[in-house]
Amino acid sequence: MAVIRDMMPVFELFQPASIDEALNLLDAHRGDVWVLGGGMDSFDWLKDRTKRVSTVVDLSQVGELRGIKEANGGLEIGATTTLTEVVHHPVVREKFRILAEAAEMVASPQIRNQATLGGNVSQDTRCWYYRSGWSCYRAGGNICYADTPTAINREHAILQQDRCVAVSPSDTAPALIALDAEFVIRSTGGERVVKAEEYFLGPQIDITHMTVLRPGELLTAIRIPATWANAQFYWEKVRDRNVWDFPLVNVASAMKLSGTTISDVRIAVGAVAARPLRLTAVEAATKGKPRTEETASAAGELAIQGATPLRYNAYKIPLMRNLVKRAIRGNAQATT
Amino acid sequence: MEEVNKMEETPNNPSRRNFIKGVIAAGATVSSASYLFRTSAAGQTQTASAPGSVERLISLSVNGQERRVDVMKQETLAQTLRYKLGLTGTKLGCDRAECGACTVLIDDVPHYACSVLTHTVRTKKIVTIEGLASAEGTLHPVQQGVVDEQGFQCAFCMPGFVMSAVGYLKTNPNPTREQLAHGVSGNLCRCQDYDKILTALMKGAENMRGA
Ligand SMILES: Cc1cc2nc3c(=O)[nH]c(=O)nc-3n(C[C@H](O)[C@H](O)[C@H](O)COP(=O)(O)OP(=O)(O)OC[C@H]3O[C@@H](n4cnc5c(N)ncnc54)[C@H](O)[C@@H]3O)c2cc1C
Ligand code: SF4
Ligand code: FES
Ligand code: FES
Repeated sequence: MAVIRDMMPVFELFQPASIDEALNLLDAHRGDVWVLGGGMDSFDWLKDRTKRVSTVVDLSQVGELRGIKEANGGLEIGATTTLTEVVHHPVVREKFRILAEAAEMVASPQIRNQATLGGNVSQDTRCWYYRSGWSCYRAGGNICYADTPTAINREHAILQQDRCVAVSPSDTAPALIALDAEFVIRSTGGERVVKAEEYFLGPQIDITHMTVLRPGELLTAIRIPATWANAQFYWEKVRDRNVWDFPLVNVASAMKLSGTTISDVRIAVGAVAARPLRLTAVEAATKGKPRTEETASAAGELAIQGATPLRYNAYKIPLMRNLVKRAIRGNAQATT
Repeated sequence: MEEVNKMEETPNNPSRRNFIKGVIAAGATVSSASYLFRTSAAGQTQTASAPGSVERLISLSVNGQERRVDVMKQETLAQTLRYKLGLTGTKLGCDRAECGACTVLIDDVPHYACSVLTHTVRTKKIVTIEGLASAEGTLHPVQQGVVDEQGFQCAFCMPGFVMSAVGYLKTNPNPTREQLAHGVSGNLCRCQDYDKILTALMKGAENMRGA
């Protein structure tokens, strides 16, 4: 909804210098406060007046939230580290390549220079009915405008639909799930750590929130364990244009081989459901199998079991099947 | 510059009067497009008191100069540059991070000025298209490349493309055509020929290496 209006509505702005200061501000303004990372998702909501807040807490001055540290053979990435910093980090590129590849395919160079990794995994869905301010389920109403006989829903969900059929838009999320990352969450009450795949919520659990973040909480860091360093990786994103566009479907896998046998594997797919999906059935079915065309094809078929198209998005089912197939088969033969 | 985070939290903070006096004293901060900035008084007259509060009157480093300017909390850098500082070379195309017309350098890195809160760049160095030429008026090598090759048609998108190219060339001074295309891929042109734009920017890169 690119309509230029005069100016964002008024809000009070705070720029805390530390995590503790930020958390105190979130507590003090609980219920009517917006956390600002790079703002690349936030500004649309505020400019379009589809969400209104009276207080914004900007994390840009919190030095301790930014940067990448090596820890126990893995990495700890501060939540406000930019996507460009992730893309260029030598250890990310060398050991955890799919994260760099995924981050590099987000949006455009200027957006990556400002968008934060924490914001990328916490961003809201792109369903345009919702983003245009329609009072659908996700906005607290009692109808889904994207799932009607006349709805335009080419980008919407094929799996785990439950009243809301919006999809997870994040490119880095499937890569982080494949890498078995952990998300560190803090509030004034303390710290909790959740597995990447448990950070994201589907509408069955919570129809108005995309993540487990509760009011007063900040995502402070993302930890990538050493477990999958230098594994066999596969990343692919299918989109309409090569710049700016969100994924139609994306896939990330990390695999360990002994000889030609798949000894361990993690695989996740984005933009097919309201949360990025870790495909545990595919992982279980391929473990111990040889990495062959046959195993890969079976994995693709298994992945789409239960997929149900809406009016305009049936194409996503074969697309997801083929991407999963490639992600299991690996780069070498990824020619079709 | 910033006493911002150090002020005591007291009820009826007396700094408010000083703050308003400061705004009046800095007469040069009056907006040239006041219709854009009508806002309810409520959110705008609060004083800096709690930790992390921000003052409206700030210094910005723009094109090598320190500029004192009165900035609202919700104001974007594009608005400050265009309507407060008169730097209208930075264009607003979409105001939604989707076109690149507003691209400026912040600490040498290209950003969309329509999607940056001015308050977040208080401590940074901002360079706009107006800041590229030398004081005597000699064009920046990339600008010269644009002139040499007549790279643009209406040129509304040109400042954004040039700023993206200048930013990208700082990280890779000798790019292939394909690399430079990727470097400026966050900029759109609605008139014409990307091929010609790239030729002009490649010429700019060549000029820069020669300079
Ligand atoms: C034109 C355009 C194209 C895009 N294309 C893509 C794409 O192809 N792929 C893709 O993945 N994304 C895309 N995006 C989305 C954008 O890249 C991501 O939303 C970006 O990474 C968000 O990061 P941010 O820091 O700018 O987010 P912000 O807007 O600052 O934050 C996003 C959300 O997360 C919350 N948040 C941010 N940081 C924290 C934190 N530390 N703790 C708690 N909550 C937090 C905010 O409150 C907000 O709700 C696009 C955006 C635009 C405008
Ligand atoms: S898909 Fe979800 S977000 Fe979109 S209209 Fe339906 S309920 Fe709202
Ligand atoms: S005006 Fe900023 S990207 Fe279009
Ligand atoms: S030359 Fe007219 S928009 Fe690019």
